[in-house]
Amino acid sequence: MEAALHASGTEIVTVALRRVDPAAQGSMVELIERLGLFALPNTAGCYTARDAVRAARLAREAFETDWVKLEVIGDDRTLLPDAVELLAATETLVDDGFTVLPYTNDDPVLARRLEDAGCAAVMPLGSPIGSGAGIRNPYNLRIIVEAATVPVILDAGIGTASDAALAMELGCDGVLLASSVSRAADPARMAAAMRGAVEAGYEARRAGRIPRRLHAAASTPDEGLPDLG
Amino acid sequence: MAAGHSDHYDVIVVGAGVVGLSCAWRTAERGLRVLVIERARPGAGASNVAAGMLAPVGEATWGEDRLLDLALESHRLWPRFAEELAAAAGGEIGYLDLGALHVALDRDEAAELRRRFELMRSLDLEADWARPRACRELEPGLGSVTAGVHAPHETAVDPRSLIVALAAAFEAAGGRLEVAEVTAAVLDRERFAGVRTQDGREHRARATVLAAGSWSAAEWLPAEARPSIRPVKGQILTLRGPASEPVCERIVVGERVYLVPREDGRLIVGATIEEQGFDTRITAGGVHELLREAYRALPDVAELELVEANAGLRPTTPDNLPLIGAGEVAGLLLATGHYRNGILLAPVTAERIAEMLESGHPEPVAEVAAR
Repeated sequence: MEAALHASGTEIVTVALRRVDPAAQGSMVELIERLGLFALPNTAGCYTARDAVRAARLAREAFETDWVKLEVIGDDRTLLPDAVELLAATETLVDDGFTVLPYTNDDPVLARRLEDAGCAAVMPLGSPIGSGAGIRNPYNLRIIVEAATVPVILDAGIGTASDAALAMELGCDGVLLASSVSRAADPARMAAAMRGAVEAGYEARRAGRIPRRLHAAASTPDEGLPDLG
Repeated sequence: MAAGHSDHYDVIVVGAGVVGLSCAWRTAERGLRVLVIERARPGAGASNVAAGMLAPVGEATWGEDRLLDLALESHRLWPRFAEELAAAAGGEIGYLDLGALHVALDRDEAAELRRRFELMRSLDLEADWARPRACRELEPGLGSVTAGVHAPHETAVDPRSLIVALAAAFEAAGGRLEVAEVTAAVLDRERFAGVRTQDGREHRARATVLAAGSWSAAEWLPAEARPSIRPVKGQILTLRGPASEPVCERIVVGERVYLVPREDGRLIVGATIEEQGFDTRITAGGVHELLREAYRALPDVAELELVEANAGLRPTTPDNLPLIGAGEVAGLLLATGHYRNGILLAPVTAERIAEMLESGHPEPVAEVAAR
């Protein structure tokens, strides 16, 4: 894991409060801190706003940070966000002084509502957690990016490097990686690939891509050539 | 028994779990005078709750080639280890040649299982792909199954019987077992010379073996001698039904659960993997998850009696490889950090530690791992 973190170049690692005891000796949190990275607590495993708010408050104590990656899950088969509970939890936590980064559906309207509620970023999914199915609705993601005035971070669904590059090309400000790296046969190598993909996608977005055309257009123009006929 | 009342031994082993007692027994058999010091009772830690799967094929995963080699070597040692132990202890240890069936219960799990199967094949492990009908022929109690992998040579042992047998064999070989809490290291010119226990007594030996499981990074050790070990919690259940009608005949492994049948009708259902520090609480969520997944695989488990829910702590290193060999301080050997594989790796650990103790030339941990 240390090798993968290093190879990815990441600065933030998110940790499930429910699943990790931050005080435990030799724990993941100890590793994250030793590497000089920021441990961002998340509320994975919470199914209601009340549950998530309580977890976030515990995380604030345990991790000594106001930042929280907010997850409120609808059911454990799809692990899709519960929009209603998510918005409610966001409002409560923002009022409580938290810096809230919500894991949300790829729904532009919900993303806007979350931003209006005071989120520091929105984190839409590309496809369900751990599915590796990539970005299923790039159109919605484009609309979210276009409208957002806060950073957009793709939160779930990345399966391989090209998915991460696409997210960045669509204008995301970052990607969240988990299963695609941790369950790869060689996690450190996949992490390095992801780093390259994120950088490539970021540059490509800014380099200004050409429009898609139906017909070919010769890359060497023929105007102004000598007429040898 | 000359060693009995002397406080000078050839070897002290700290910890009477399966790993500590295996090392102690094999060392005593070679004629060395061995004292085992145990804080609670033999097998009180992870050994008491382990399922006892001896399943190197199923444990194979990406990037852990050295662990797999060690596991395969130990798996080859097991039949003789079991036979000699049963003879030395005069009792059975529940060693069973069961085989294992890995099952996928939906399409997603089948894709994942296929990937694991390709890995097994690339490593030349003995495993066969099984279609649903073949799975049901092997285990008629399976619910809806999409695919399977049959690993015919996986075995299992009952760790609790194993502990009783190891303690008996160790004492029969002239070893001495004391229940006491170690409170300090005895150092002699920066060399480990033994340990002090809570009752104030000093126990000296030429070599000390640290086999204290999740408690191996103990405060009583000099800071530089403390191995990098953390506890990883596991919750595990024991169900029970009639021995004549087992729910399954072999080890059944799903994506998030495994089931190990015992001869007396018990069925072990394990195990969660949780990073929770030194916490051994049984949680509703943990039990729910195990039962739900067990029920998905083998619906008949619903009829069984739930007789035990336990939680234990697996001693875990950063790279999941055990620590076997000389540590940072002369005179101290490590036999710890076996994570999920303590029972499986006990014979190979014991052989190597006993060999080092007999020869008086302990190999450093890193060299043993690289072999």
